[in-house]
Amino acid sequence: MRGATHARWAAGAMAVALAATACGGGGGSGEGAGVLSSSWGDPQNPLEPANTNEVQGGKVLDMIFRGLKRYDSKTGQAKNMLAEKIDTPDSQNFTITVKDGSTFSNGEKVTAKSFVDAWNYGASLKNNQKNAYFFGYIEGYDQVHPASGSQTADTLSGLKVVNDRTFTVKLNQKFSSFPDTLGYVAFAPLPQAFFKDHAAWVSKPVGNGPYQIDSYTKGAQMALKKWDGYPGQDKAQNDGVTLKVYTDSDTAYTDLLAGNLDLVDDIPASQLKNVKKDLGDRYINTPAGIIQTLAFPYYDQAWNKSGSEKVRTGLSMAINRKQITETIFQRTRTPATDWTSPVLGPEGGFQDGLCGTACDYNPTEAKRLIQEGGGLPGGQIKITYNADTGSHRMWVDAVCNSINNALGNDKACVGNPVGTFADFRNQISQHKMTGPFRAGWQMDYPLIQNFLQPLYYTNASSNDGKWSNAQFDKLVDQANAESDTAKAVSTFQQAEGVVRDNMAAIPLWYQNGSAGYSQRLSNVALNPFSVPVYNEIKVS
Amino acid sequence: MGRYVVRRLLQMIPVFVGATLLIFLMVNVMGDPIAGLCGERACDPATAAQLKKEFGLDKPLWQQYLTYMGNVFTGDFGTAFNGQPVTELMATAFPVTIRLTIVAILFEIVIGITLGVVTGMRRGRPVDTGVLLATLVVISVPTFVTGLLLQLLLGVQWHWIQPSVSQAATFGELIVPGLVLAAVSLAYVTRLTRTSIAENKRSDYVRTAVAKGLPRHRVITRHLLRNSLIPVVTFIGADIGALMGGAIVTERIFNIHGVGYQLYQGILRQNTQTVVGFVTVLVLVFLVANLLVDLLYAVLDPRIRYA
Repeated sequence: MRGATHARWAAGAMAVALAATACGGGGGSGEGAGVLSSSWGDPQNPLEPANTNEVQGGKVLDMIFRGLKRYDSKTGQAKNMLAEKIDTPDSQNFTITVKDGSTFSNGEKVTAKSFVDAWNYGASLKNNQKNAYFFGYIEGYDQVHPASGSQTADTLSGLKVVNDRTFTVKLNQKFSSFPDTLGYVAFAPLPQAFFKDHAAWVSKPVGNGPYQIDSYTKGAQMALKKWDGYPGQDKAQNDGVTLKVYTDSDTAYTDLLAGNLDLVDDIPASQLKNVKKDLGDRYINTPAGIIQTLAFPYYDQAWNKSGSEKVRTGLSMAINRKQITETIFQRTRTPATDWTSPVLGPEGGFQDGLCGTACDYNPTEAKRLIQEGGGLPGGQIKITYNADTGSHRMWVDAVCNSINNALGNDKACVGNPVGTFADFRNQISQHKMTGPFRAGWQMDYPLIQNFLQPLYYTNASSNDGKWSNAQFDKLVDQANAESDTAKAVSTFQQAEGVVRDNMAAIPLWYQNGSAGYSQRLSNVALNPFSVPVYNEIKVS
Repeated sequence: MGRYVVRRLLQMIPVFVGATLLIFLMVNVMGDPIAGLCGERACDPATAAQLKKEFGLDKPLWQQYLTYMGNVFTGDFGTAFNGQPVTELMATAFPVTIRLTIVAILFEIVIGITLGVVTGMRRGRPVDTGVLLATLVVISVPTFVTGLLLQLLLGVQWHWIQPSVSQAATFGELIVPGLVLAAVSLAYVTRLTRTSIAENKRSDYVRTAVAKGLPRHRVITRHLLRNSLIPVVTFIGADIGALMGGAIVTERIFNIHGVGYQLYQGILRQNTQTVVGFVTVLVLVFLVANLLVDLLYAVLDPRIRYA
């Protein structure tokens, strides 16, 4: 009987403790009526436009900056934003006119100089900007950012301010779709305050977008409020956004369910099964410009001999994409049938089925092709991936299972996990891969060029497998010089055909962006970069 | 006493140097951290070289370590990759984790010792068996299970608490995470106290105290408990360091931006400066806590003297 008394006492203590917690926890959000809270991750780099190359920092810059162009949140098409017009006679010399009346939120006018200064800063080697290579097409980049040694110039010779609202850009090669790349955040204008007091600017960035930063506690949260004086058309439909840093997307999801958070833009894989039941139609799952592939180490002779394209094609046919996307990813991925992304649309260069039978699951043909091509190098392939994020282990194991079943050999394929992303990148850059490895590509701007050139052009920045093909390079050069968009796109598709015939990389699936939101919100959508379109969200 | 403390403080120096060196080497073995900074592509070589120079990664390892230690003694713990000084990270993370640890230790002391005394005094009775079973369950269930379960039940189902802790991380919000964090140690404290009390209950000085006609509560608190607490104090002292560094799981579940969170992120991003800095401070906390425990012995048991 005494036991019972004590149990009751313990339960009582728990209740008291919890009551106290409930009181303490209530004040956590402390937001105004029209402000929404959204999950966030700690940005890896300082929040400078030319230094932000991941989605979390990009989210903020997307709210506080507007560039010359902006990608339509539905179609992904590049539309003039601050640019009044961009003219070119030859796809190499561009004259850019900036719209009148645009200002930064500190009152400074956005002029041609705001752009030129920002681009020069971004390209200059001494500023350590990780997106510097985006300015690589502009003439004079070699002097400002030499591959080795110290820089011989501080500004790009290809950039000239003509007057307050006009500047010219000279490229070092023909690049017809250059204007369409200008929606990327690295090309954003910067106010003079950025250069005058850099430390102060970085601790609380000032831009020209529909939001301004109210307060920023690094590593914890950022409060953005609507900028009432924003001169653009796309004004914020809510009073502000509070971004809260979550270490674990599961916690963010739990917070959403408990009504403690309004918007989660990364539904954890473990919750995909329950998400429809939990959220109903407040769950969105839309295509994003992300494709997952398996790349190969072409610096390894075993993968770069005649016949090995048959082995690669065979491996591609041994992967049951449909089953994996349905069971593991609950349809948040779509089996890939080309090397781009559906968000480009057919006019933009997406071609459903370009891969043809090589991407269809066909175990018998797979087995035949691999045998014809001389079998798997070393009798076994190891798929290397980083195990720290993105639940990669699950799908790599599934892909290996699928290959093993198709080949009727339990040891044909095994996963090879690497502890951290940094180490994974390290091993890739040191050419230590011995078999296929995970390669994910999130587009920088919605152009077919961005899905092909950085990944497959000889020595391109993300050509991790060092694939090289003269015909492909020639077609890409041709397409870049082509001023007619439709012709350029079809030439890029021909180049993509070369990728297919050699199976330079195995396309796996297109990734969707997924998000869930609370009942307070409406008009929530993800743009093709899988970032919520914050300025259009309405809060009730 | 004074000499003893000085000797102990001096002993800390080699431990401190050894621990930091080990951590420094281990983080470096993981490879080049710059490679992870450029997303799914290779950093362009010029920028990578420039970054390496800025973070001092282009120098040989021994030189990096010496520079780092030199800076540490002047209070400069370096800069994280996002441009924040590590001292700034510490200033935001440690107060939160210290609050969490205080809550956890309080739970251990109040609930753990009380249950221990109760069960120790009533050995073999139903209370004893019940509590023993309960502690067995608590010890065998991993922290993340208790954490996620409590979060789901109390936060989502019943709405008693917020599932995550806000940026302010007040004591009130930290009660449930503190309980989760303390749970396993709490069970050990209960068991330790119980055994110790049960053993000392039959000892001569307790019998004497009872024979003197002292009231029961006085016998327990002044005589029995004071002597029985020595192993418990040792355990709790060592636990302070373990709780502060080992809160990674709990901090992740409840989204607490404390030491565990900073360490986790530092390791993922291979940020030597953050990891070594935080671990160094944790090592110091551990050493000081141990020293305090040893000094407490003398207070609890007058027979123990330090010369």
